[in-house]
Amino acid sequence: MSLRSNLGRVKGLGSAKQGVHHWRVQRLSALALIPLSLWFVTALMGLVTAPHSAVVAWLAQPHITVLLLALVTALFWHAQLGLQVVIEDYIHRPGRQIAAQLVVRAGAILGALAALVAILKISLGIS
Amino acid sequence: MSPVKPLSPHLQIYRPQLTSVLSITHRITGIALSIGTCVLLYWLLSVAAGPEQYAKAQTVLRCWLVRVALIGWTWAFFYHLCNGIRHLFWDAGYGFALGTAYKSGYAVLVASVIFTGLIWACVVSQQGAPL
Repeated sequence: MSLRSNLGRVKGLGSAKQGVHHWRVQRLSALALIPLSLWFVTALMGLVTAPHSAVVAWLAQPHITVLLLALVTALFWHAQLGLQVVIEDYIHRPGRQIAAQLVVRAGAILGALAALVAILKISLGIS
Repeated sequence: MSPVKPLSPHLQIYRPQLTSVLSITHRITGIALSIGTCVLLYWLLSVAAGPEQYAKAQTVLRCWLVRVALIGWTWAFFYHLCNGIRHLFWDAGYGFALGTAYKSGYAVLVASVIFTGLIWACVVSQQGAPL
């Protein structure tokens, strides 16, 4: 037996099956970040005293470039999703809420793009 | 309806427990790590900008104030990572028993401190004093 009204059914109203999208992407990006962030922090330990040329040589290896691009994407995405929930929970005035969400989104997108361009620039040897 | 209904949980009389403190700490470390992402971005941009800018960044990252922040971020990272895994187990439906939630909570705290210590021991072994 369906709990939806006849009117609701005929108008095609009801769940868009998108209700858990935010929740799911937050978890998926978290899962991706477990190996990626652990790998990056461990790798950084080999670069503590490394000169510029060694850092560039390390970063320019194709598999390292790919992993770094994946890390940066997952990281900024996960941060934006998390900050979005914090803003939703603590900033109640609609105007401020929208402004804060826009600022965080813009910051995350610009930050991610800047990081991606920097990685590609190093990897492709563009100076 | 009264416009001044009390909030739940009422923070002034709400006794903090390990579970609730770890929960809010997850959020706080998440916010701190979002800010810390700027340091990662700064590092990447410095490498991309060339040897001179990279050398400048190395100096900045070795200044003691930044070092204190980096140690804090290292702990925040490992805390958020370990507690995030704890949350993923909950999401999958495991570990809800009160005793288990407390045990996993203490495990997260201990692990985050140990991992932070290991990372900074590794840094110190390579370049001397952390500060």
